[in-house]
Amino acid sequence: MMGLLVQGVLLGGYYAILAAGLAFLYSVMGIINLAHGALAVVAAYMLLLFSQMTGMSPFVGLLLVLPAMAVIGVIVERGIFEPSSRGGPLLAVLATFGMSVVIDNLLFQQFGANTQSLANFIGDLSWDSWDLGGGLYVGKISVYTFLTAVFVLGGLQLLLTFTPVGRAIRATAQDSDTAGLIGLDARRIRMISSAIAFITIGIAGAALGMRSSFSPYAGGALLLFAFQATVIGGTATIWGTLIGGIILGLAQTLGAQIAPQGFLIGGNLVFFAVLFIRLLRGDMNWRSVLRLNRKATQ
Amino acid sequence: MNPSYRIERWTTASRISVWVFALLFLAACFLSQSGNDSLLSRGVVLFVYVLLAATWNALAGFAGLMSVGQQAFFGLGAYFAIRLSDSGVPVFAAMGLSAIIVAALSWPMSIVMLRLKDGEFAIGMWVLASLCHLLVNLDPLIQGETGISLIALNAYDPETRRVILFTFALVSTTAVLGFLFFLLQSRFGTALQAIRDNDEAAGSLGVNVLKAKRLIFVFAAFGGAIAGALWLGANISFQPKTYFGVQWSAYMIFMVLVGGIGTFEGAILGAIVFFIIETFFAAFGVWYLIGLGTAAIVFSLVFPQGIWGTVVRKWNLHLLPIGRRLSISNEK
Repeated sequence: MMGLLVQGVLLGGYYAILAAGLAFLYSVMGIINLAHGALAVVAAYMLLLFSQMTGMSPFVGLLLVLPAMAVIGVIVERGIFEPSSRGGPLLAVLATFGMSVVIDNLLFQQFGANTQSLANFIGDLSWDSWDLGGGLYVGKISVYTFLTAVFVLGGLQLLLTFTPVGRAIRATAQDSDTAGLIGLDARRIRMISSAIAFITIGIAGAALGMRSSFSPYAGGALLLFAFQATVIGGTATIWGTLIGGIILGLAQTLGAQIAPQGFLIGGNLVFFAVLFIRLLRGDMNWRSVLRLNRKATQ
Repeated sequence: MNPSYRIERWTTASRISVWVFALLFLAACFLSQSGNDSLLSRGVVLFVYVLLAATWNALAGFAGLMSVGQQAFFGLGAYFAIRLSDSGVPVFAAMGLSAIIVAALSWPMSIVMLRLKDGEFAIGMWVLASLCHLLVNLDPLIQGETGISLIALNAYDPETRRVILFTFALVSTTAVLGFLFFLLQSRFGTALQAIRDNDEAAGSLGVNVLKAKRLIFVFAAFGGAIAGALWLGANISFQPKTYFGVQWSAYMIFMVLVGGIGTFEGAILGAIVFFIIETFFAAFGVWYLIGLGTAAIVFSLVFPQGIWGTVVRKWNLHLLPIGRRLSISNEK
């Protein structure tokens, strides 16, 4: 039982990384990016290509892939997010959904249906574990993933709270017209925000590839996990993402104990249970992810 | 000079087009009696697309609810048809009954789902579809992803089966479109168009926004379920993955975006365009899907009114008497 709980919590760290970019884009730009999962898969394939071609570790590959993701983030912001959000939030939903269909099928066209993994390129890290005593083992990669989640979310928090760029991002998120009046270039801020979100998507892609396998059509499921983690946890603070991820991870791990399909059903049920509780309590403000940061600076 | 004006609903174009629709309906009825097999089965496919496009358009274009989870109702419609037929309900009755059950189920779902806004609603519906898929897989009858066939259809010889199915599709599509048409013509339709344009402002004018959205949500679930049951009737086999797949949402979005979101005629036009494209290009597999996705991006970015929206804007042509037009003449 203890083992299950630890597993569930560590899995939650993975979901938190996955959710970070989705929640960040939504809270600062009001865009729900339906291609989020597909983009994480793209990052995983880029790392795979790098390791296959150079024989080097995907950790080295991140040095190339993360900047590449940032550039893609800027391009997508200029090409899709910005023009579509001018027509209202609904068009952005359609455009990013179209983007996910295109990405999924291009990946399939390029790489075929085979499942791939980065596990072969990270040596014994993929199976090594620590013995916590009492027959309790935790996989090293899971622990590292969890620590990365804490690092990524903490980094976002520090960035938003203490840096000039972070202040500019928050100001633009709250009221981009007024932010423009005091001399902030909203377009530039949006490009930076998008680049930051895409870097976290790149990290999520690395976590995906190293701890499990992926295939061209894996993006949809990833989007759903990220979304569920964000909705379950994301009300008051940026750390809500981590809490949401952990609740989702626990629900899935425990669900899997009951029935083979229980893994996904457990997660989905918790998601709807949380929605239902919110319905009864009457607060449903997912955008308040930023609130803590606002308080932190006051 | 005394400017006189009148508010008109029926125009010459709309009078003609209602007659054309009625004639098409009669032609389709005759077709069902004498048509050949492949024509009839392609006809059912077209009706399924029209149903999906019209109901998705009602949801997105009129109630402002973008869903990427309508495959939930499509899949459930097929599932309940099989379930009922397995427990002894005559097969075509099972198909109709299934849609009613799904509509009834969608009512409690709407209470939770309609709390979500915009993109949250979109993905939330996807989660709902994935949950429905998983729960259907739990039913031992379905045998997980292996699926099952609608065996009861074997009681009919193939020719009779096609004729009945085509007639069933024709009648249900006409009924769904007709219901939507009268809904839009009524007071409720005016309220819906107000909600589409700005739901907060509509609410402040006394429109019961939530109630209107809920009605459309249930209506769209019903239409999706009928489409799913028809698809099952045409393809006989039920594999959960193909019915609950998100590609159905991609098709609906493509049809409505291309045809013209928020216009009754546009959704039907989009379904016909999609039907033609699918007939000629589906064999291209992956590239076909890439093309659909690209079209969705391009239309939402540069051409969001779609084909019909552009026609309306350019020529002020309305084939169906849904809105009201003000015509001003400066003659005495």
